[in-house]
Amino acid sequence: MKTTDNGSGDVRLSGISKTYGSFTAVHPLDLTVPQGSFFALLGASGCGKTTTLRMIAGLEEPSAGTVHLGDQDVTALPPYKRPVNTVFQSYALFPHLDIFENVAFGLRRRGIKSVKKQVEDMLELVQLGEQARKKPHQLSGGQQQRVAVARALINHPKVLLLDEPLGALDLKLRRQMQLELKRIQTEVGITFVHVTHDQEEAMTMADTVAVMNAGRVEQLGSPADLYENPQTTFVANFLGTSNLIEAEVDTKSGDDIVLKAGGGKLVLPEARCSAPTTAGGKVLVGVRPEKISLVHADAAGEIPENRNRITGRIAHSSFIGVSTQYVIDSQVCPEFEVYAQNIERDARLVPGADVVLHWSPAHTFGLDAAQDIDAGIQEEAAV
Amino acid sequence: MPFVNWFRRNLVVIAGLLTLGYLLLPNVVVTVFSFNKPKGRFNYQWQQFSTEAWKDPCGVAGMCGSLSLSLQIAFWATLGATVLGTMIAFALVRYRFRARGAVNSLIFLPMAMPEVVMAASLLTLFLNLGAQLGFWTVLIAHIMFCLSFVVTAVKARVMSMDPRLEQAAQDLYAGPAQTFLRVTLPIAAPGIAAGALLAFALSFDDFIITNFNAGSTVTFPMFVWGSAQRGTPVQINVIGTAMFLVAVLFVLTSMVISNRRNRQKA
Repeated sequence: MKTTDNGSGDVRLSGISKTYGSFTAVHPLDLTVPQGSFFALLGASGCGKTTTLRMIAGLEEPSAGTVHLGDQDVTALPPYKRPVNTVFQSYALFPHLDIFENVAFGLRRRGIKSVKKQVEDMLELVQLGEQARKKPHQLSGGQQQRVAVARALINHPKVLLLDEPLGALDLKLRRQMQLELKRIQTEVGITFVHVTHDQEEAMTMADTVAVMNAGRVEQLGSPADLYENPQTTFVANFLGTSNLIEAEVDTKSGDDIVLKAGGGKLVLPEARCSAPTTAGGKVLVGVRPEKISLVHADAAGEIPENRNRITGRIAHSSFIGVSTQYVIDSQVCPEFEVYAQNIERDARLVPGADVVLHWSPAHTFGLDAAQDIDAGIQEEAAV
Repeated sequence: MPFVNWFRRNLVVIAGLLTLGYLLLPNVVVTVFSFNKPKGRFNYQWQQFSTEAWKDPCGVAGMCGSLSLSLQIAFWATLGATVLGTMIAFALVRYRFRARGAVNSLIFLPMAMPEVVMAASLLTLFLNLGAQLGFWTVLIAHIMFCLSFVVTAVKARVMSMDPRLEQAAQDLYAGPAQTFLRVTLPIAAPGIAAGALLAFALSFDDFIITNFNAGSTVTFPMFVWGSAQRGTPVQINVIGTAMFLVAVLFVLTSMVISNRRNRQKA
């Protein structure tokens, strides 16, 4: 299967699903990955992201739906006939072959005779030229990971699939490999589909992230879009941290919705609310911890007008260098998190102090109150 | 107390050497007595050094014929048991089928069953089928009891094999046949080789089952047993020593090859 350049290299999944007996791993799913993009499937373990990836590779047969690569329907093709290559979790390098032969494997199976030049170039690209005659077990984790990438990329696939490729590496090496993979992707211009449970990894590397939960795509968008405008409580909690407050719709004024929470009022731009808003209805109001400013109750008069505000008392504070993280006890929300940059520290802000929190209404988002307010929290803690 | 200290430090080595000596002593005796020139028909007492038996290993009537027969049976039994056993091992590890559990435990029965019971029941079976006892009945019996050992050896290897390796091969354009030849088989090879060696050794020196089912055919172990009643020719020790040397040579060669390969890689 040589790479052919007919049509585009989009990956199109239409109504694809996978069931095992009575368990549905992936609910019917429509997804288009544009050619040349770095696409991440993000979710906790068991959310169906790896199954989705394996259906693109052909290693898993979908229960329903089709997979298209460009104009070609590959649903019925076995993996060895698809112009797609995979970097497996824990790499799956062939232990009985040396690095050179591992990388040459795909070329040889396609009947290409003179592989030496190509393999050497590819090993140069991943900086492993010296290691060509070693066996996989003689390399470090990071080197093995690069061999796995080289072994897949040498075939010039239309799409490169990466199944948690950095999961086995320690944090520092993982950071380094994230940048490395991003560099390689930019250099070769091949579509990358990357499966990960690490939200930071997905946001660092991908152009587009699809957040998956329980076999469904919860939300799809650019990292910044997902972070700033989460549409569900799962996305709000799984990507970073969100403070969610239950509130009641009071009135609408222009483009804003005015909400009642506890004793106070909060303003939410209507455009940033993904839930239906009828007067008297419930809405979850969200705000990210780093968007909030914290002032001592005695200084509440200095807060500008038109800010959303909440009063509370500092329960904990932890100093972590660039910022200080506070947990605030408040009437409207029991554990309100605030991250304050350590620019000018107010000595009065210690546990037990009464404080006022305030933030710009533009940083507020609204979610449907019918959801589980804690969705996505556990999963992240488990990572 | 220098001796006590020395003894303590080298305790493991001493224990190892003693165990090795215990294991090798019978082989030493066999080798030494292959150079004996006994008085009378029994080679049980040392008389004088001689290389007569080594110069004429086939000097005893019927012995080399029985040796060649045993080698042939061992070869074919190894081949048959290895091919069948490897397939069974793969089936048991890779596929979920009905009666898999039953097959899994039944396959070990021949190992656990007293050999003499199996020998007698096989004879009954062959007689009832009206089979002519000889080369073929012995071969069938040998394949049967070697199978369990091959299955055990190969299964352990296949179980520890990452199924993702085969998926990776498929992902890299290898069809089912190529995947098996290029990835599955080479990785399972050490297990298969271990099973095959075990099968060869078991088949070559089997006496009980062979004796029951051989009819008038005489294998090497049967020849040794038979001649031990009337006298033991020195040539038996010669063959025994030769077999031992071949085995040692085999192990040494494979060690040298793997050492050299490792040194090249490093």
